[in-house]
Amino acid sequence: MSEIRNHHILSVLVQNRPGVLARVASLFARRGFNIFSLAVAPAEDEGFSRITIVVDVDSAPLEQVVKQLFKLIEVVKISELDPRRSVERELLLATVRTTAEQRGQVVELTNIFEGKILAVGAEAITVSLDGHPDKLDDFEELLAGYGIVELQRTGRVALPKLDREARLRAVSNKKTDNGKAG
Amino acid sequence: MKITGAQALIRSLEMENVETIFGLPGGCILPAYDPLLDSPIRHILVRHEQGAGHMAEGYAHVTGRPGVVLVTSGPAATNMVTPLMDAFMDSIPMVCITGQVGTAAIGTDAFQECDTVGITRSCTKHNELVMSAQDIPMAIRQAFHIATTGRPGPTLVDIPKDCLTNMMDWHWPTDEEVAESLPGYRPTTKGHARMIKEAAKLILASERPLLYIGGGVLKARAAEAVRELAELTNIHVVTTLMARGAFPDDHALCLGMPGMHGNATAITAMQQSDLLINIGARFDDRITGKLSEFAKEAKVIHVDIDPAEQGKVRKPDVPIVGDAKYVTEELIKAIRDLLQTGSTQADTGAWKSRVSGWREQFPLSYAPSEPGEALKPQFCLEALRDSAPEGTILVSGVGQHQMWSSQYWTFNEPYTWVNSGGLGTMGFSVPAAIGAKVGRPDRTVWAIDGDGCFQMTAQELVTASVERIPIKVAILNNSYLGMVRQWQEMFYEERYSEVYLSPEVPNFVMWAEAMGCVGIRVDSPEEVQPAIDKANSINDRPVVIDFRVDAREKVFPMVPAGYGNDDMLLPEWQEPNRGGLK
Repeated sequence: MSEIRNHHILSVLVQNRPGVLARVASLFARRGFNIFSLAVAPAEDEGFSRITIVVDVDSAPLEQVVKQLFKLIEVVKISELDPRRSVERELLLATVRTTAEQRGQVVELTNIFEGKILAVGAEAITVSLDGHPDKLDDFEELLAGYGIVELQRTGRVALPKLDREARLRAVSNKKTDNGKAG
Repeated sequence: MKITGAQALIRSLEMENVETIFGLPGGCILPAYDPLLDSPIRHILVRHEQGAGHMAEGYAHVTGRPGVVLVTSGPAATNMVTPLMDAFMDSIPMVCITGQVGTAAIGTDAFQECDTVGITRSCTKHNELVMSAQDIPMAIRQAFHIATTGRPGPTLVDIPKDCLTNMMDWHWPTDEEVAESLPGYRPTTKGHARMIKEAAKLILASERPLLYIGGGVLKARAAEAVRELAELTNIHVVTTLMARGAFPDDHALCLGMPGMHGNATAITAMQQSDLLINIGARFDDRITGKLSEFAKEAKVIHVDIDPAEQGKVRKPDVPIVGDAKYVTEELIKAIRDLLQTGSTQADTGAWKSRVSGWREQFPLSYAPSEPGEALKPQFCLEALRDSAPEGTILVSGVGQHQMWSSQYWTFNEPYTWVNSGGLGTMGFSVPAAIGAKVGRPDRTVWAIDGDGCFQMTAQELVTASVERIPIKVAILNNSYLGMVRQWQEMFYEERYSEVYLSPEVPNFVMWAEAMGCVGIRVDSPEEVQPAIDKANSINDRPVVIDFRVDAREKVFPMVPAGYGNDDMLLPEWQEPNRGGLK
């Protein structure tokens, strides 16, 4: 998780049609690209979804990833998001083994991180935390000391920052740029 | 007006001006075969779905129009995987329509069900599962639009049986509706003007320029423009395996095929050029050899309609995304502009005399057989070539015979060469030749095949006989999987493993006759010409000639896999002079 510097965040706008996620996933498999995380849900326009993909590549192959992705008929727009100029969020759910004595410590830890207690059992507790992926990394590391029974993270979602410096580098936009399809 | 989905499908195909379908019916596609009886579309009933796919490819190769396949679900769809992948690799426009189990049965492992769109996802440019009869016309329009525009390729439409039987309101989508339905598909055809100007300057400045043209020139109908460019600038041309015929072999500027089994001049010209003008080729590994040793001093202009080809293998100095014909014509204008405004072309004289020297010293050659020795395959090809009527279309399978065909034939016209380049599909030639003959019934079509290839798809000669498609097949029969044998001889110390095919079984003449063809066997050089003359005189049925050729014959030159092009192996009698390749 600490090698986040080698990751690239792609925000991919696709037509919301059956099989589109499978197309994206099989393209990555076929071309030997690694997906680090992937999140997908309907976007603001009806009929479109946004896929946030964190790709595990050097920058040269990244160009190929983007170009190959863009060849998919249902892909409408691809933006590479600069982590410094985008907001990133992720959600974590974890069930942690706790004795009655330790429970207070886990609750305290969760409160410090501004997380939530979702369920409490005799020997375990389920907590949630949303926030920047780095924050989730720290939280997960601290929870590990108690013994994590189950853990699920959503993978990051991201959008460009709204401030004046926000720079959504449109890698490709089929609607305006005539240089990318084929 | 209410019609069934099946009627809508056939009407949609008619609206797309489809004249011929290659197919084979079955359970799920049955409803579509009924309205087909009332349609002017010709249906060619194949004996195996793979045959339908390659026929559609052969048809598309020679006509430039999409080949259309109609087959059922399950095994028929999986049998289409090879031709779809073949068409995808070679950018052949093809539309495949498959039947599917009823929408209610999808996902239940029903009889002859398979996940067709899942299986064919990575071997089509696009595919689609239709879920309502109403959607059929749009799906067909999209499939044809996507298959034939941008970088062409195969598309597939999977139609469940109930969508074929349900009623729908006929509506043929407008161009605007199609465009609106595909917001993510806008192929670039107009190359960037600044890049084109940049390319023009580089071309005029180059002392060792070379045009490296690929299949994209044929797809874009750009052969004439490329010829004009070559003649305007007096630059030599190499034609890749996919581009044979795109520039005439008998033209003084044509150097023929480069690559693993290219000729020494074409290979060396690429290696020593200072500017490769790539139009519609993709720096395939069979062309470049070891990449780090490939054309080290060359700058690269890369014209390709597919942006993903730019920089995929070799980083271009001037990338131009666009249609090969448009860009080439613009390039010609840009060069003319520069010449008219005082620019001059660099002196290419020294380079041209070097190229001429190589051509003289290192022609393609083989050792003719001594009297009583086995027949040479190259000799058969030369005889076929010299007796071929004007405009003959040559179709080959994959292996040694394919390389000799490309080497020893003279292609003077575009769309007269059909082969499986990217995927290297053995068994391609017989069905592809049938498709080519259907597309160009006015032309003689010769399939050059190996005995290994022939045994993979020969059953389609039954289709050819029954449908009266009189192709001609020349089997260069060495009783071996010849190309594998060559590698085992050269790189595995002559340890021949599983490459020997029986010389007596099958009996190719009897097999051909059983399929309704004329069968001829040729063992000696004297029999070659009479057999070819007889074959050329038969036009009412297919002909198969079984040429028994020397199994020891190898394809040269050869760049061994993993080696740089400079390390090509020459025929032994040229090796002593290899110092001349400088």
